[in-house]
Amino acid sequence: MQAALSVEKLTKKFGEFTAVNGVSFDVEDGKFFSILGPSGCGKTTLLRMIAGFYEPTEGLIRIRDEDMTAVEPNKRPVNLVFQHLALFPMMNVYENIAFGLKRRRESDSRIKEKVGSILERVGLPEHSKKKIDQLSGGQKQRIAIARCLVLEPSVLLLDEPLGALDAKLREHMKIELKKLQSMVGTTFVYITHDQSEAMVMSDHVAVMNAGQFEQIGTPQDLYHNPNSSFVAQFVGNNNKLPVKVHKDEGGAFLARYLDGKDYQVDGTPDLSEGDEYDMFIRPEAVLINPSTSQSIPNTMNCDVKAILFDGGNSQLLVIPEGADQELIVTLPQNKQFDDIKAKDTIRIGWNPGTAVCFPKTELKIYDEA
Amino acid sequence: MTKRSARKIRWSFFVFFVPVFLWLFLMIVMPQIELLRMSFVGTDFYGESGFTLGHYAAFFTEPIYWLTFVRTAGYALLVTFVVLLIALPVSFFITKVADLKVTGFLMVLILVPFWVSELVRVYGWMILLRESGVLNKLLVALGILKQPVEMLYNDVTMVMGLVYTTMLFMIVPIVSVMESLDDSFIEAAHDLGAKKLTIWRTIIIPYCMPGIMSGSIIVFMLVLGSYLTPNLMGGKNSIWFTEQIYNQMIIYFNWNQGAAFGFLLLLLSSILIWVALKITGQDWRKVIK
Repeated sequence: MQAALSVEKLTKKFGEFTAVNGVSFDVEDGKFFSILGPSGCGKTTLLRMIAGFYEPTEGLIRIRDEDMTAVEPNKRPVNLVFQHLALFPMMNVYENIAFGLKRRRESDSRIKEKVGSILERVGLPEHSKKKIDQLSGGQKQRIAIARCLVLEPSVLLLDEPLGALDAKLREHMKIELKKLQSMVGTTFVYITHDQSEAMVMSDHVAVMNAGQFEQIGTPQDLYHNPNSSFVAQFVGNNNKLPVKVHKDEGGAFLARYLDGKDYQVDGTPDLSEGDEYDMFIRPEAVLINPSTSQSIPNTMNCDVKAILFDGGNSQLLVIPEGADQELIVTLPQNKQFDDIKAKDTIRIGWNPGTAVCFPKTELKIYDEA
Repeated sequence: MTKRSARKIRWSFFVFFVPVFLWLFLMIVMPQIELLRMSFVGTDFYGESGFTLGHYAAFFTEPIYWLTFVRTAGYALLVTFVVLLIALPVSFFITKVADLKVTGFLMVLILVPFWVSELVRVYGWMILLRESGVLNKLLVALGILKQPVEMLYNDVTMVMGLVYTTMLFMIVPIVSVMESLDDSFIEAAHDLGAKKLTIWRTIIIPYCMPGIMSGSIIVFMLVLGSYLTPNLMGGKNSIWFTEQIYNQMIIYFNWNQGAAFGFLLLLLSSILIWVALKITGQDWRKVIK
């Protein structure tokens, strides 16, 4: 399949500071590609280089096999949906959408036809005469996307356009955007710091940190097989258990946790003895009060500190005996665990295959107050 | 509210209101009313004074009067336009291009000359431009000119002087509107295929229109009513309408005619501004803000 967008060893330096450091990736035609990273990781800089607002210090950007280095932003076959949308307040909806077509000197009748059909597609056919400040947040969103899509760009770039919306609308727009993308078939490159947005909408996600891509893969891949400590922490929820690795008599690796007990590890091939690691276990991989018939090798006793009820996303906050750390355990709402209360002692367990270990790092994915 | 507190409020209201009212009424409204009355009073052949429209009629029947006004208004428009042409890129540079640290400094640079009186500034220009002035000396010394040239007392110099003295009043309102222009509008237009000139035409100027209009009105009125600069820098041929008023009142001692001219200036400039606002489709309430 042809690559709609191909980026090679792209680097951007602002003085001494390297914002984007040797990033390479390809986006296939018609795919929804997300770049996920915390604020300040360089994702906006990367997007602005693709749009043409920043000149790369090094590297190549190709769109449909054409080198974009010397091409001005107004000549590139890409369009950018801005974070705050940047809909022109002095024009109405129709004039906003027609703006790009007028710059291409298309005839009035063609413009009218195209604007009409794109408004139809985004589901706002009646709104062409409205002023921008008469639109709701979700409508503005759709008009901003329509304004770009009407130009039929090879790649549509989106810079966290859902950031300003309230939670319910954001959930709704996630699905809307995904549907819109599969309907129009345009290649989307979407940047966000919200891992749920990236996971729900994308065919492929690149996780970015400190100017570099940590991992590129399908959302499932990133979730189940993270290849770095950062990805494990940033994508989805995870419990991070500091452990020290040593070998048993049979040569198998064991992880010694803060409580002084050993737990089996599996799944992570290249461990070295005596080193400190972080062991990651997903909250939903932890079983509550597993029966002995399930033969779970790793179990520990915990005190329930709190029940975090949130419907289908309910969780237990537990503290393992002998360790000073809070762990999060998914609490299935199937009536099975309704008798668990705060300050109870429960047993939890997990299969060694569901835990992964990475060398100990001090990185923080958010600032704790 | 009790009666007592109501009375209290009324007292404090009067304390602040009366001085302002007296000031406005005695110093501004009363003299204006007296001038208005004067403009309609004329003396007939026998020295009897009575009501007349003759002073107003004189403006329309004597070509020298209305031609002076047309000339003045024409030059005021020209100056306004030139000031606008310079102020737009300057404001853009101050608000969008320059470093945040430099912005304040640049604004001070524009403000500082206005701490000095207009008279002094005009004399400053005269020192630079006159036949024995700094510029002539320099050009002759450099061999560009064989002999000094008189650069004062012509229309070009006068326009330049008026542009210089009114620049601030255009830049300040435009800068304050342009500051609120989100950079992403400019980038979005660029991204959608617009060239630089198109961005100015379709995004920046329409957005800044309230600032442009209020700046233009101030500059236009200042130029139309200015006396010093055209008088000192303009030639004998470039008589300004304010000079006509001055001449009537001071030289011919015809206060009635001068008063009529004064009110005509007020009326005609108001009409011009109203027309300009209508043409550009601006709401005067927005512009005044």
